[in-house]
Amino acid sequence: MDNITSLIGGFGDVLSPMNLLIALLGVTVGTAVGVLPGIGPAMTVALLLPIAQDLEPVQGLILFAGIFYGGMYGGSTTSILLNTPGESSSVVTAIEGNKMAKAGRAAQALATSAIGSFIAGTIGTLGIVFLMPQVAKFAISLGAPEYLAIILLTFTGVTAVLGASRIRGLASLLVGLTIGLVGIDFVTGQQRLTGGLPQLADGIDVVVVAVGIFAVGEALWVAAHLRRKAGEVIPVGRPWMGRSDWSRSWKPWLRGTVLGFPFGALPAGGAEIPTLLSYTAEKKLSKHPEEFGHGAIEGVAGPEAANNASAAGTLVPLLAMGLPTNATAAIMLFALQGWGIEPGPLLLTKEPALVWALVASLFVGNTMLLLLNLPLAPAWAKLLQIPRPYLYAGILFFASMGAYAVNSQPFDLWLLLVLGLLGFAMRRFGLPVLPLIVGVILGPLVERQGRRSLQLTGGDISGLVGGPVAWFCYVLIVLALAWPLVAKLVKARRGGSDLHDVETKTEVSV
Amino acid sequence: MTVLVGYVPNAFGEAALSAAVEEAKRRHERLLVVNMSRDDVLVDAHRAGQDQLARVGRDLGELGTAFEVRQIEEGNDAAEALLAVAEEEKASVLVIGIRHRSPVGKLLLGSVAQRILLDASCPVLAVKTG
Repeated sequence: MDNITSLIGGFGDVLSPMNLLIALLGVTVGTAVGVLPGIGPAMTVALLLPIAQDLEPVQGLILFAGIFYGGMYGGSTTSILLNTPGESSSVVTAIEGNKMAKAGRAAQALATSAIGSFIAGTIGTLGIVFLMPQVAKFAISLGAPEYLAIILLTFTGVTAVLGASRIRGLASLLVGLTIGLVGIDFVTGQQRLTGGLPQLADGIDVVVVAVGIFAVGEALWVAAHLRRKAGEVIPVGRPWMGRSDWSRSWKPWLRGTVLGFPFGALPAGGAEIPTLLSYTAEKKLSKHPEEFGHGAIEGVAGPEAANNASAAGTLVPLLAMGLPTNATAAIMLFALQGWGIEPGPLLLTKEPALVWALVASLFVGNTMLLLLNLPLAPAWAKLLQIPRPYLYAGILFFASMGAYAVNSQPFDLWLLLVLGLLGFAMRRFGLPVLPLIVGVILGPLVERQGRRSLQLTGGDISGLVGGPVAWFCYVLIVLALAWPLVAKLVKARRGGSDLHDVETKTEVSV
Repeated sequence: MTVLVGYVPNAFGEAALSAAVEEAKRRHERLLVVNMSRDDVLVDAHRAGQDQLARVGRDLGELGTAFEVRQIEEGNDAAEALLAVAEEEKASVLVIGIRHRSPVGKLLLGSVAQRILLDASCPVLAVKTG
């Protein structure tokens, strides 16, 4: 019951007028950027990093958590109304949601997604309350080799499990690790990859990398595809649900939550797999299977709940072990470092007030989001009528300002442009962005843990595989990497199994 | 010669359309209905859907006037697009719907109607909703 007491303490910290105002600001901005396709919570958090560095850590985290949760709510609005999912996690929502909207049931689709998100978010946050301290307690007992293995497992997760292509994921991760290497080696003091430029001696600031890859890269990408026929306005109306909608939605909400949270909490989780699993499960369990493909409400309720529960789950590895599994969490981790707080297993012991205030703010933010999204859905949909040139000009302006603000040196603007072009090229060639940003942020950490393990054993390679946890992680990594081969062999033997069918579907939709 | 009308799927567009029908009958000329949607926004409230355009076509067909319905989906300036069509088709009159705007609205956004009124080389019939 310690958790509950700490949580109540956290509520005490959050429920001050200033913090509530910041939470409201966060969820409003988050919903807005979630609604606009192409602008996600990760980009927004990256753009706000320079500003957040001047806030108190608690307030900065409340702001970021609000944007993170808000982006989930907003993303589903776009998927339902436009069939253009802003993030990979709402791809599945779009399948049935857009069909419902076209059949004139946009209001019900938006309502079931907002209420489902609220329920899943609340249960998921409760899951954080009970799971996170246990994971943190476990993580403290881990030594450098085990920690190294877990980070490597995270790398495998974000490159091999989440993306469409392992090779592209790995390429993106390696680019990120390379960017993370730039600067002075912390053991020997040698300059690495600086090309003799004194500005690079301190390494490339993560703010510049994140803003360049997310904001500038995305703006250039959209600018290259600006001309597109406009969609029609789908009349939204005030979201509401009838009795039959409620009775058809509540079970998918709960099932989606149960599916989503564990996947998010894994250090190699993500929202794509649980949303897809939830969709398939609802399709099988539904009493109206014939409606699937023509706008079944279960197909919106389940995946939306899974999506939000998994978003809540990703905060468990972030807070308990300092491991981010999505782009927004990665940038939140960097923000923590910027405030001089060392993320990792000791975070909860050293900064309990901060962590519990953050968790309490998730409950508050989630409630605000329901109140903000349910009655105001038509207003949010109006955002889609903003001409895109205005939007992206604004993003480029804030991106340049943010990058310049870090060190006040013009060199960073050139760096921003180069990284922006890199981000553009990655989108052009279908490379996922998440492995890169995780590589940049975790790269230095994995290097430190690896070298520490090697120092412990005097350079003997066996020091890297100490302890059962490390063994377990390496087995999982091998399994994840060998999975396509295994699936192929199994398929060849059985002549086309169901499992492989699901696997290929994942790859298409992610 | 042609009567050209800028159609949008709302009360202003309907008013303009019915005035244009009257005008086409009076002049014994062909009616050209143009709907313009911008290509730099995600959704455009001025875009007429397929069913709306089909309904317009059906209504006009029943009235027995010669007509054509055209949808423009490129560009981001309705005034420019409409004036270009008027020039190209040598329109004898251009029919548009106009409305009141708040001072702030006038300050922030240019007026499509005003630019059509000032720049058109043919007479313009500006219709208000009743």
